[in-house]
Order: sequence, then structure tokens, then C-alpha cells
Amino acid sequence: MNEPSSTTGFEAALRDRAQQAYVLRLYVVGLTPASQRAIMRLREICEQHLAGRYQLEVIDIHLQPELAAEADIIATPTLLRLLPEPVVRIVGDLADNHRVLVGLDLRPDE
Amino acid sequence: MSTMGSATPLAKQPSGIAGLDDLTGGGYPQGRPTLVCGGAGCGKSILGMQFLVSGARDHGEAGIFLSFEEPVDDIVANAASLGWDLPSLVDAGKLLIDHVVVERNLIEEAGDYSLDGLFIRLGAAIDRIGATRVVIDTLEVLFSALANEAVVRAELTRLFRWLKDRGVTCIVTAERGDGSLTRHGLEEYVSDCVILLDHRVIDEISTRRLRIVKYRGSAHVTDETPFMIDRDGFHVLPASSLRLEHEASTERVSSGIPRLDAMLGGGGFYRASSILVSGTPGSGKTTIAASFAAAACARGEQVLYFAFEESPSQLRRNLASIGLGVQDYIDAETLRVMATRPAAHGLETHLAHILHEVDESGAKVVVVDPMSAFGANDLARANMLTRLVDLLKVRGVTTMFTTLTNEAQNEAGTQISSMIDCWLSLETIDFNGERNRSLTIIKARGTGHSNQIREFVITSNGVELVDVYTGVGPVLMGTARLARQAADAAEATTRAEAMDSLRRAIERRTAAVDAQILTLRAELAAEIEAIEVELRRAESVESQLAADQEVRTSARGADTSADGGSR
Repeated sequence: MNEPSSTTGFEAALRDRAQQAYVLRLYVVGLTPASQRAIMRLREICEQHLAGRYQLEVIDIHLQPELAAEADIIATPTLLRLLPEPVVRIVGDLADNHRVLVGLDLRPDE
Repeated sequence: MSTMGSATPLAKQPSGIAGLDDLTGGGYPQGRPTLVCGGAGCGKSILGMQFLVSGARDHGEAGIFLSFEEPVDDIVANAASLGWDLPSLVDAGKLLIDHVVVERNLIEEAGDYSLDGLFIRLGAAIDRIGATRVVIDTLEVLFSALANEAVVRAELTRLFRWLKDRGVTCIVTAERGDGSLTRHGLEEYVSDCVILLDHRVIDEISTRRLRIVKYRGSAHVTDETPFMIDRDGFHVLPASSLRLEHEASTERVSSGIPRLDAMLGGGGFYRASSILVSGTPGSGKTTIAASFAAAACARGEQVLYFAFEESPSQLRRNLASIGLGVQDYIDAETLRVMATRPAAHGLETHLAHILHEVDESGAKVVVVDPMSAFGANDLARANMLTRLVDLLKVRGVTTMFTTLTNEAQNEAGTQISSMIDCWLSLETIDFNGERNRSLTIIKARGTGHSNQIREFVITSNGVELVDVYTGVGPVLMGTARLARQAADAAEATTRAEAMDSLRRAIERRTAAVDAQILTLRAELAAEIEAIEVELRRAESVESQLAADQEVRTSARGADTSADGGSR
């Protein structure tokens, strides 16, 4: 565990991350304005930052309550980042763009 | 017209806790939420679960337990320790336990949101088993998990309205706050019924109390009421609603000491009365109490004996030494000896404990030996005992307390006396180099009782009451009584012997005179016989003379009557 090797490892990880695949799941309740806003904003962010390396699933918990229960979804909309680990949970209609990027670990300046 | 002005009383749903239903007049408000608040470990979750378990078991109503804190396995294990078999209720479709994991601090918030996820989850659960009862334990987790308090508050308002619309009876638990009922002010949302649980430690003794802070549209008891959690759940022990309205029994129950029964006007104590046995140390209080208990067992009645100073085995041994064998009764569980160290509980817990045991066992006779175990002899204890006596009377239980004499003599003692129906006083009397026991009835309501002191003798064959020496001179007990009785007996013998000899003299004289009479009669008979012989001889001479005369007359040929001429 000498200093140089860990630093290079870290830099390698950073490079890898830029190539990492994202698996996202958005839980909404019906096609309410809030749901639609969240879906629209998430698509924008994905296209802008994760083009070609993301997978997004939108779940209407009205139709699939058991999936919501599995993930302990209390608030809606809720966005789960399943990959890369660790799982990240972001609630709200994603109106705060900056917080979404920070939450997803996508640097806003990228 | 049809709906206006119809003043129907508020419908209530039984809580599954008998004492609590007494306080609320029937249970929780039906179809509305009830807030249960209290500190950590005060029994909020148990209160909630008992509502669901009794609903499922006793009323066939399905319920949801929505837990934000404990995982399902923990809930099931905790309930099992209270004797509740939750998995079987779940299998029967009468219970659904749902654990919602809310990971605090792991939630990012970006924008506006609602708690629809919770609504949908709860709604789906309610629909799945047709639940009419819901427990949410505890909603406050949301406040720590979600940063936007404005959203949480708005959503809670919506949640409670939604629950009301669905018509489910709901219990919501919340942590006690500083200076407010709940930490996050949940009482603002749940305004129909608020119950506060309190778990205090006073003088190093834990005491649980419950208070109904609010019950909209219903009369309720507002006092703090003790409760306890034991091996089968939550028990509330209302005392405030009590009045002296129990039926007075005319049935008598034996004290186990025939002579004492006789002193009480025959038959013993009244059933469902309260008896106090006061006495100096070693005067035989426990012996009297045990005799009473054994007599009840012999009648086939369930007896609870609260022994605060002796262990069951010690009590058993000591009673065996005076010929009171109670082992059979203990084996048959007719006699249950509850031995606890008095300091183990607070007053309320003692009260709760005793009542619970009585209700569970169906005991008809309770012995509390001694009541001095309930701590200092103050008014708090007197109040507790008054309540205990009343509660036991209502249940038709005959109760015997023992106490040290000096306790019965101050102000609090006066109050105790007022609640006691029959007071036996035991004393040891020092006299003539020995210590003897005496028993007096100080009072016995409703009986024409003896006013005499009896000597109370404990032998290896049990208890006996003996008349004290009440002849000429002082009242005597013990060997003095025996000596005096012996002397009296000797005197009596002497007097009896003198009378006997006089009686015998009469007999002898009578016999002598009788003998004389017989002799005289015999002499008389002999004399009469002699005289008769003489008489007969005289008569025969007379007839000879007459015959001779005739012969002579005939010979002379005398001319006589025809009578003589025929010859």
C-alpha cells in the first residue's frame, strides 16, 4: 500500500467511472404533472450526462405496488440509482437540477 | 331530515384491554385515529399490537401493523414472549405486519414530493385482508428521514383524513416530547383521542401510568391510572370510577378456627369482606392467616397468598410444624403462594400485580402478609390499600391483611381501619415469666361478636382458642391460668366429696330404718300368729264344751225342743 500506487488506482477508478453503466429506476404515481416533470427532467439529465450508458425504468406504483413495497418507497417521485453501487435514493420532482447531479454522483461541470 | 340531528353516541371499538375500556367507556373511537404517546419502552407498541391481536382473535377483525422501526421478526418474537402467536394470525389472514424501512440520512431531496408511496402501500395492505384496524408505529421516523418538514406535515394531515375516510380505527404511536405530548407535535393531527403512557421511576421503583389526555365526544376518566405489562400483555387497573356499590354478601366463610367462628357470631367472616389481623411480632398473624387460607382451600376455593416476608417453602415448613399441611393445596394449585420481595415494585405495580393475579386465577380468598410490605405507613399507601380493598370487594374476594400493631395506630392507620370490616387484634402478654398470646375482636361489622379476650394457643395440632381465666381475681393466661384452674378444680372436688358423704349418710339412715321396719313387721306377724293359735285353741275348747253339754242333756232325757227330741 504505498502512496503512488493508491493514487494511480484512484485516478484509474475516476476514468472508469466515466464509462460506468447506470441503472436507474424512477417510481411515480400515475401520470400526474409531478410525475411527468420528473420523468422529463430525468431523461434530459441522462441524455446530457449518461448518453449511451444508462438504463432507465419508470414504475407506476399504482400499477405495481409490490415493486414499491420491495424498495420501501414512501415518497413519490423517488429515483433509485441501483448501479453503480452504492444505491442512491433521491426523492422529489427533480426540480433541483444541481442536487440531482450531485446525488447521482455526476459532477455538474462535466 | 334523516341525517340531521341524529345524536347517536360515538361508536367505540374495544381495545382488547379491559381496564382501558372501562376508562374510555368502551374503547377507541371507531373509524378514527387515536394517538398513543410516551417515552421509550413504555409499552406503546404492545398497546397497539394488543388492539390488533384481540381484534383478530376475539372479534374476527383483521388488522395491519405498520412498523417503521422494528423488523417483522423482532415484532413476532416480542409478541411471542407475551403469548401471542402472530404467525398463525397472519396465516389466518387476520393480521398483516409490514415493516417499512426508512433509511435516515440516505435520502437526497431534489424538489417537491408526496407520500403517495405510503398511502398506496397502506391502502393495498388494508384491501388485501379487509382490515378495519390499523396500527402505525411510529410515524415520527418520517420527520427524521425527510428534510422537508412542510411536505411531511401536509402529508400527515392528508394521511389522517384519508384514514378517516377509509373508516379504519387507527392507533398512531409517538415519542414523548419535552414540554409537549409528542416530539413533533403529532397531537395537532390526531385530535380525537390522545392517550399518554408514562413510565416513571420513583424511589428507585418503576411505576407505569396511563392518562387519557383527550377523548373528543366522549366522557372518560382523566386521572392517571396504573398499568402493567406482564406475561400476557397490557393491563390497566382503573380505580377512580369505583364507588361503594358492591352487593353486601350475607354468606359466611370460616376462619379455619372453629372457636373464632363462634366468636364472630357463628360461621366466621362475611364473604367479600376485608379482615385485618394486627399484632406484635410473633403474635401469630401468619398462623391466623394461614388457617384462614387452608380453610378456604378445604372448601375448594382458589386462594392467593401474597407472602412478602417468607418464601413459599419456608411458609410451608412453618405451617407444617403447627399441623397445617398445605402441600396438597399447593400441588393442586388451589393455594398459590406469591412470594415477592416488597421492594421489587412500586405501590401501583403491587396493586396491579395483585389484581391481575386475582383476575387470572379467579381467587375467592386473598391473603396479604403483611401489608407493611407496601412501604412506609403513609397516606399514599393507605389510598392504595383502600383501592385494593374496594377492587377486591367488587370481585367478591374475601381479603385478609396482616400488619404490625403499631402501624394501625397513627393517622394512616385510622384510614386503614375505616376500610376494614373485621379487625382481629393479637397481643402477646408478658406475665408470670412467660409470654402468652391473646386474641380480641376489635370490630366486626354486621356481626354480634364476642367482646371477650381469648387465649390463642398454637400447638403442633393447629390453633386453638381457649377461654381465659375469668373467675374471681385477675384475668389469667398460660400456666397461671392452668394453676388457677387446677386449684379451682381441687376445691370443687372437695366440695363435691362433702356433698357425696352427706348423700351417703342419708342413704345409710334410710336403709337402717327400713331394716328396723322389716324386723318390727316380722315380730308383729309372729305375735299375730301366736295369738291366732291361742284363739283357735279357745274356739275348739268352746265347741267341745258345747258338744259335751249336748251329750249331757241327752243323757238326762230332758224334755227339750224338737231339735233334741229327734235323737
